[in-house]
Amino acid sequence: MVEVDLAEIWTYLAETPLIWLTATLLAYVAGDSLAQASGRKPAVNPVLIAVILLALVLWLTATPYAVYFEGAKFVHFLLGPATVALAVPMYAYLPQVRRAALPIVAALIAGSATAVATAVGIAWAFGLRGEILASIAPKGVTAPVALGISEALGGSPTLTAVLVILTGIIGAIVVTPLLNALGVKDWRARGLSVGVAAHGIGTARAFQVHPRAGAFAGIGMGLNAILTAFLAPWILGLFTG
Amino acid sequence: MIHALTVILICQLLGEVGSRALALPVPGPVLGMALLLVGFIASPRLAELVRPTGEGILRHLTLLFVPAGVGVVGHLGTLAAYGPVVALALIGSTVLAIAVGALVFVAVARLTGNADG
Repeated sequence: MVEVDLAEIWTYLAETPLIWLTATLLAYVAGDSLAQASGRKPAVNPVLIAVILLALVLWLTATPYAVYFEGAKFVHFLLGPATVALAVPMYAYLPQVRRAALPIVAALIAGSATAVATAVGIAWAFGLRGEILASIAPKGVTAPVALGISEALGGSPTLTAVLVILTGIIGAIVVTPLLNALGVKDWRARGLSVGVAAHGIGTARAFQVHPRAGAFAGIGMGLNAILTAFLAPWILGLFTG
Repeated sequence: MIHALTVILICQLLGEVGSRALALPVPGPVLGMALLLVGFIASPRLAELVRPTGEGILRHLTLLFVPAGVGVVGHLGTLAAYGPVVALALIGSTVLAIAVGALVFVAVARLTGNADG
């Protein structure tokens, strides 16, 4: 009979990226299944569920984040290529963008500036400073870009990731009742505004409501990634001097 | 797929080099995205080559923020201390940004005679 030394196996596994890479995918699959079971309600977010599950596992096994990240970094790395790949949907929507160029540019600038200025402004007014203020500035931008902007501003990419996810969920939940209340019926306006304010999670929500809203949300998300990279350092500078 | 991935990585690499060399505030991958978009406009064949792989990556975009999101374990103290202010800033700014963006779009579309349809 073969003697199985579980402790030895664990020691080996804990030192390789395999276990935490697998755990990351497992947690995401679990989160995605739960979201699907809920009928894709915006409040049941697969990323949020996966993050909570993994945080619990790290806490229960007393694993430092740095050890976890050794495995998870393979997934994390793909954020860069994914950002580059955003050119694919932008190219697909190019004819629609050309036709509505003026309203798109106006709404993009207004929405993007509002998102950054009010987030930083409210946080600043209530006494937040430094790293947390820089981390909140790009919270409306799609995650891979927000992390890059946050890092450049002296913020914390991991804190920004959490704020970005929360912003997306908030946007997905409020967009329909808010714009119904304001009487905005134009699907392009509804989609673009949620794409600018609540990135990919808002865009996913827009696609559930109307295909034209979804397409314009994708445009808003992509263009906002570029605009916020310029706006965020400038607006943050107004508050930090 | 390997060809498409190579194109994407080259764009990212050029973006990173450009961002650092010119000390731009734009992250390298965003420059890479702009570069790839220009490439697509110049060559529809390139767009066809990259499209399936690009769509494949983007289909699972949300998975990619899980590792950074788990970093919340290092910020629980910060979030506990500033929770209400952070919540107010996130909710307030998201609601305002959606409202302002949508209303400006509708107003400018009306002014320029660019109705939905």
